[in-house]
Amino acid sequence: MDVRVKDIRKEFSHLPALENLSLNIRSGELIALLGPSGSGKTTLLRLIAGLESPTRGTIYFGEDDASSKTVQERNIGFVFQHYALFRHMTVLDNVAFGLTIRPAARRPAKAEIRRRALDLLDLVQLSGLEKRYPAQLSGGQRQRVALARAMAVEPNVLLLDEPFGALDAQVRKELRRWLREIHDRTGHTTVFVTHDQDEALELADRVVVMSKGRIEQVGTPDEIYDEPNSPFVYGFIGQSNCLPIRVEAGQIWLEDRLIGLSAPGEADGPAKLFFRPHDIELVDGCGGCLAGIVVQSRRVAGTRHVEVELGAARTRVEIELPPQRAASDGNRIAFRPTRFKLFRD
Amino acid sequence: MALDASLSAADAPASSNVRAATTESRAARVVIIGLSLLFVALFLVAPLVVVFTEAFRNGTEEFLSALSDPDTFSAIQLTLLVAGISVPLNLVFGIAASWAIAKFEFKGKAFLTTLIDLPFSVSPVVSGLIFVLLFSSHSLLGPWLQSHGIKILFAVPGIVLATVFVTFPFVARELIPLMQEQGTSDEEAALSLGASGWQTFWYVTLPNIRWGLLYGVLLCNARAMGEFGAVSVVSGHIRGVTNTMPLQVEILYNEYSFVAAFAVAALLALLALVTLVIKSLLELRYSAQIAASRRH
Amino acid sequence: MALTSDRGWQFRQPSVIPGFGLALGVTLSWLTLIVLIPLSGLAWRSSSLGWQTFWSLAADPRTVHALWISFGCAFLAALVNVVFGVLLAWVLVRYRFPGRRIIDAMVDLPFALPTAVAGIALTTLYAPNGWIGAHLAPLGIKIAFTPWGIVMALIFVGLPFVVRTVQPIMEEIDREVEEAAATLGANRFQTVSRILLPGLLPAVLTGFALALARGVGEYGSVIFIAGNLPYVSEIAPLLIVIRLEEFNYPAATAIAALMLMISFAMLLVINLIQAWSRRRYGYGA
Repeated sequence: MDVRVKDIRKEFSHLPALENLSLNIRSGELIALLGPSGSGKTTLLRLIAGLESPTRGTIYFGEDDASSKTVQERNIGFVFQHYALFRHMTVLDNVAFGLTIRPAARRPAKAEIRRRALDLLDLVQLSGLEKRYPAQLSGGQRQRVALARAMAVEPNVLLLDEPFGALDAQVRKELRRWLREIHDRTGHTTVFVTHDQDEALELADRVVVMSKGRIEQVGTPDEIYDEPNSPFVYGFIGQSNCLPIRVEAGQIWLEDRLIGLSAPGEADGPAKLFFRPHDIELVDGCGGCLAGIVVQSRRVAGTRHVEVELGAARTRVEIELPPQRAASDGNRIAFRPTRFKLFRD
Repeated sequence: MALDASLSAADAPASSNVRAATTESRAARVVIIGLSLLFVALFLVAPLVVVFTEAFRNGTEEFLSALSDPDTFSAIQLTLLVAGISVPLNLVFGIAASWAIAKFEFKGKAFLTTLIDLPFSVSPVVSGLIFVLLFSSHSLLGPWLQSHGIKILFAVPGIVLATVFVTFPFVARELIPLMQEQGTSDEEAALSLGASGWQTFWYVTLPNIRWGLLYGVLLCNARAMGEFGAVSVVSGHIRGVTNTMPLQVEILYNEYSFVAAFAVAALLALLALVTLVIKSLLELRYSAQIAASRRH
Repeated sequence: MALTSDRGWQFRQPSVIPGFGLALGVTLSWLTLIVLIPLSGLAWRSSSLGWQTFWSLAADPRTVHALWISFGCAFLAALVNVVFGVLLAWVLVRYRFPGRRIIDAMVDLPFALPTAVAGIALTTLYAPNGWIGAHLAPLGIKIAFTPWGIVMALIFVGLPFVVRTVQPIMEEIDREVEEAAATLGANRFQTVSRILLPGLLPAVLTGFALALARGVGEYGSVIFIAGNLPYVSEIAPLLIVIRLEEFNYPAATAIAALMLMISFAMLLVINLIQAWSRRRYGYGA
């Protein structure tokens, strides 16, 4: 089911947490809400779930206005950061809970509930553990029980709040791949919140980058990485360098030098130049390039990370070079970004 | 109405849909709070009000004259004496026990902790009886004590022993979880800096546990001054000699001297109230430094 | 443990912290002197009665009645305390209203108020001419000087045990758990009755057992209000006192030994509940 968030505003004791935010989530999509803490991503997720109600604005599930419904009526699946499993119930009872509490008219027969719960446990690879209690499971197993429990009610939309936040790195990676598989098999519309960009870029069909209660950019992982549309996204996703420059007659100047990049159609005046450390080419000599002194050089796995001081202001940038390229401290180095973006202040 | 505005669920946001998810409807809240307040009023507040009302039924003068009765006065003295002996004894024990249990790992620790808690699960009357069986003239020790002119039963030593028994776990029980939580790293740091064992205890451990210690002593003292069953069995009820305040309350009440009985009771109730106030203040200000386990 | 395994059995693990010998020495001597010797005195006395004598004393109908009354009244009072104790804990943890802190502090009153004071105060309340009793008497309800009086006194005495056991566990309930139930479609009643209360079960059981144990042994607050009629409202601790006053030491010893056994049984039950709870729920009540 597709979910549309329209002009949502949310205030907590008169402080805005979300400001006039709209978002369309397509049916069957796996979408990530990515942002630093305090960006409002969890608030947005809880608004969709109905765990909070918006100060203003509407949320549609398909054609239905969901904002007038309580959380119980929305039929969503929510996976909490700390799983929130019912500790006095077995794994099976946890998964079956959403079905067993339905009013008699909509409740499947006992045997049917059990069958569906067991099927789901099979799907999340926990067959055989149905009689255990949550306290007897590992973190990753609890996470999977929580997911099975949320899916048992056949939700309109599956919402996950930092689903891997409480797990250690190894388990995280495994579960990430596994969640993608489950999603591809079941096709639930899924929204998950994360502050981990690797997780968002690796897992999601589309990523929603949020900051300070606003959406900065919505796009596929490639779009987000290759064409960030704001300084925030440039800085938040991946590594990037920022140089204060000047545009004059379509040419870009750093202090008193041309750097060999042009910005046709750009108005004159100061701006910021963003480029990624690996989007550069080394140049010999320099008739229009960025040139500076190497202040530090580190080998990180398959690349060499070189820090360079540029210009009189000694602005530091980091570039990535092939490891065989020697770059010792104090050496002069010249390069030119191959891919960059300008932002006005 | 002020109550109206503030009658809210703890930290629930203000919007209406949310309230349905994690708290009750307003009507349900009012009923639940009303029921509990009624229960508290009936079972906790009413007895307290009765004590003070009955004590002052005939005015302050009679209240004061009831307290200045020589037998009552000596009961107050005895109670202070008994608490003055048994509380420090259990304080020293409590610190020693919690030091051994919280700072070291040894075999049988859990069993030792259970043994320390034992007096809590013994009926006060049984607590008194065991000392009667130990020291009465029919016992093993009895004839020997008698021949040496040592009087324990129906005298102050017996009352102190019974009081020490019933208040035995109080201090240790507050300190053990607190000291376990604090671990041993502070002490190890002090020792590594060259402090002696006593210096470490005095300058490092004691400041860390002082509020928990005070809390334990407070509870211990309240029980020591108020103990009835155990003391009643060993005291022999000799007026003006072996009657503590609670025993004096019983005697006066059974003699139908209600005002006098309630006057002494009011003093004890005042002690309880002061204990509760200090306890609440300690919990409010130093909750982190008082052991999490608040039950007894 | 792995650290010490190559050095064989060790009484304690090595530590740089001094004072173990002194602290344990003080602890053990004091414990032995004050608790263990007196209690074993009781054990020795009752075993020296011989099985036959012990049994005939224990099976004495007045003793059996007294024990039954102590146990039955304590059981009823603990049940009432479970209902109102959980309700009160809920109110204290979940709601904010004027006077909440005072109520919270008041819950400990039964711990702090000497039992004799509580006894005479409750009697004055519930006696047929008392503050509350006078209003109940015309309705034919008698509380003081009947077993109901005992129940009233034991409710007073046992209340904090339930509240203080349940309260901390209730405070730790994660809001997320309630939200999870709501997202799965549970209404508030279902969330409370199927998620919250069952999750509190170990704590509630422990509180119940503590209140019951305390009630069975309670003396001071009960004797004033009970009326103390043999076979009707005479509690076991009082019977011990009566036997002592008759210099009937064997009978007093036998009843005390029985009560001690009951106490230990309850202690065992409480420990079992906690072990079970830790294993299954991941917390000890």
